[in-house]
Amino acid sequence: MWKSAWILAIAPLILTLAACSGESGQTANTTTTPSGSPATQATSNRWNTIKSRGQLICGVSGEVPGFSFVGTDGKYSGIDVDICRGIAAALFDNPDAVEFRNLNAKERFTALQTGEVDVLSRNTTWTLSRDTSVGLEFAPVVFYDGQAIMVRKNSNIKSLADLKDKAICVQTGTTTEQNLADQMRKRSITYKPVVFEDVNVTFATYAEGRCDGITADRSALVARRSLLPKPEDNVILDEVISSEPLAPAVAKGDTKWGDVVKWVVYSLVKAEELGITSQNVTQFASSNDPDIKRFLGTEGNLGEGLGLTNDFAARVIKHVGNYAEVYDRNLGPKTKLNLARGQNQLWSKGGLLYSPPFR
Amino acid sequence: MTNDKPPIWRDYRFWQITAQFVAVFLAAILVIILWSNLSRNLQQLGIKFGFDFLKQQASFDIGETPIAYKATDTYTRALWVGLINSLRVAIAGIFFTTIVGITAGITRLSDNWLVRNISLIYVEIFRNTPLLLQLLFWYFAVFLSFPKADNKISLWGFISLSQNGIELPWLSFSPEFSALLLGLIFYTGAFIAEIVRGGIQSVPKGQWEAARSLGFKPGLVMRLVVFPQALRVIIPPLTSQYLNLTKNSSLAIAIGYPDIYFVASTTFNQTGRAVEVMLLLMLTYLTLSLTISIMMNLLNRTVQIPER
Repeated sequence: MWKSAWILAIAPLILTLAACSGESGQTANTTTTPSGSPATQATSNRWNTIKSRGQLICGVSGEVPGFSFVGTDGKYSGIDVDICRGIAAALFDNPDAVEFRNLNAKERFTALQTGEVDVLSRNTTWTLSRDTSVGLEFAPVVFYDGQAIMVRKNSNIKSLADLKDKAICVQTGTTTEQNLADQMRKRSITYKPVVFEDVNVTFATYAEGRCDGITADRSALVARRSLLPKPEDNVILDEVISSEPLAPAVAKGDTKWGDVVKWVVYSLVKAEELGITSQNVTQFASSNDPDIKRFLGTEGNLGEGLGLTNDFAARVIKHVGNYAEVYDRNLGPKTKLNLARGQNQLWSKGGLLYSPPFR
Repeated sequence: MTNDKPPIWRDYRFWQITAQFVAVFLAAILVIILWSNLSRNLQQLGIKFGFDFLKQQASFDIGETPIAYKATDTYTRALWVGLINSLRVAIAGIFFTTIVGITAGITRLSDNWLVRNISLIYVEIFRNTPLLLQLLFWYFAVFLSFPKADNKISLWGFISLSQNGIELPWLSFSPEFSALLLGLIFYTGAFIAEIVRGGIQSVPKGQWEAARSLGFKPGLVMRLVVFPQALRVIIPPLTSQYLNLTKNSSLAIAIGYPDIYFVASTTFNQTGRAVEVMLLLMLTYLTLSLTISIMMNLLNRTVQIPER
């Protein structure tokens, strides 16, 4: 009888705690953000969280030259980095209102799901399972890539078949690991994967000679080759074993925020189509072409639909340039990587880049 | 006579029971809060909780497969491969680290200046640097700097060392396995050496003197009189070191040895099932740790002084 009296006494306490649980469910996503801004319903309106924080938090790799890399001056550069700066420019008219977070292949999705980062711009391949069961929402592809294999020049390995029973270095947590398994299974080639979590360790192990080959996205191989002790001693095999569309992503369940990221990427492509660059964007503002006027926000209210200003695209172009400028700055012939544009050319020039209408 | 029983809130036992009752209740509420929070967040992301993914095809290869495994097998099978790889390292590690630790612990107290100081230097270096650093050292500075496979170093005709690891006529060990095993053995061995030294020093001097006065040689004094008594002090902290070794084997991920932690990370990464995979991992390590503890407790019971 005394016990039941005590249960009655505790009951109000339980009820209070139970009420708290409802609250903690809603704010859980913001508790991990550094600013701790108490915006409610964070996942359904991340843009508000970012606005009150005054800064975009962008997940990058930080370890792939040309995509995202910290230079000797301590500054981030690369195509993935420029996408983040472009988004910040659209939101705040300030490309530097970004905090970059280095994420490894394993951390990236959790960081996005838990709200640690607002957007993931980290040479990530768009796949069906990531789109559906991993809780990601992809923005358009910013770089069309394919997986390849790099070997030492003096190794007599000329094709995949020559890698029979050889050791191949792979980074874990990537689609690369599965593509390699698929390819080798298809061709019944036995091989020995030597798998690492850290991209630096993966390449260091290859450089030490433990592996006969190393596999990664072609662009990443070109980029990392430039960091090897003797880049010229390594060749990338011609065989491309997969298609790797690299795209930024946001957490699922916030289509509004997803739309913002999506249309910032499209604005880069659209600007190149229209011939608008960071240099001439101010002159284009006085253009009579209705398509350009809508795009730059001097006419209509396209930006409002995204919760941005109408001139969001103009801000992006002014600060980071159009797609061609971004590409040339990070991967083009003037850089160490010197990657041909190939399929990353505009559709009108035989490539795959195409923007839906700004209308 | 018993009518003047004190009121129930004056009863010590009542408060004891109530406190436990409340504690269990609060813990249960906490679990419920965390769980509902988790499921709410997962729901928002459109992720369902469940272990069905374990039956899916893993579609990745594993470098070392003690049991038959191919990329078309399930995640469950892949995790088994990882678990067996972990057990290989843990069992071999516990065996060899005991030898290294006891040897270094006893030689720390040797009368021979050189032996004593070599042991001292070993213990201090390995005890005072991080294990991760040591693993990377063994892997990169030792194994990967061995010559290529076609130019291997041969020791006594039957052990050969190369970038492909250690090869015996009937067995071969990958450089990843070898580096991890040696790293764990020497790191844990240094701690065990200190435990052994402390244990030996805890045996009263009188025991040495008594044994010697009976005419035992120094080696026999140690083996028959001192060490068995030291074991009483040594075994409980030794258990902790065995647990540490087993759990530390998860650092394998840094040097590419596919242990359970490694395979689980890959699984988590491909399926996005963070919570489920972490629960599985926790359960696995808990089981391993409890097994070691139980076995060591049984051993401990045999060396304790039977008291009346």
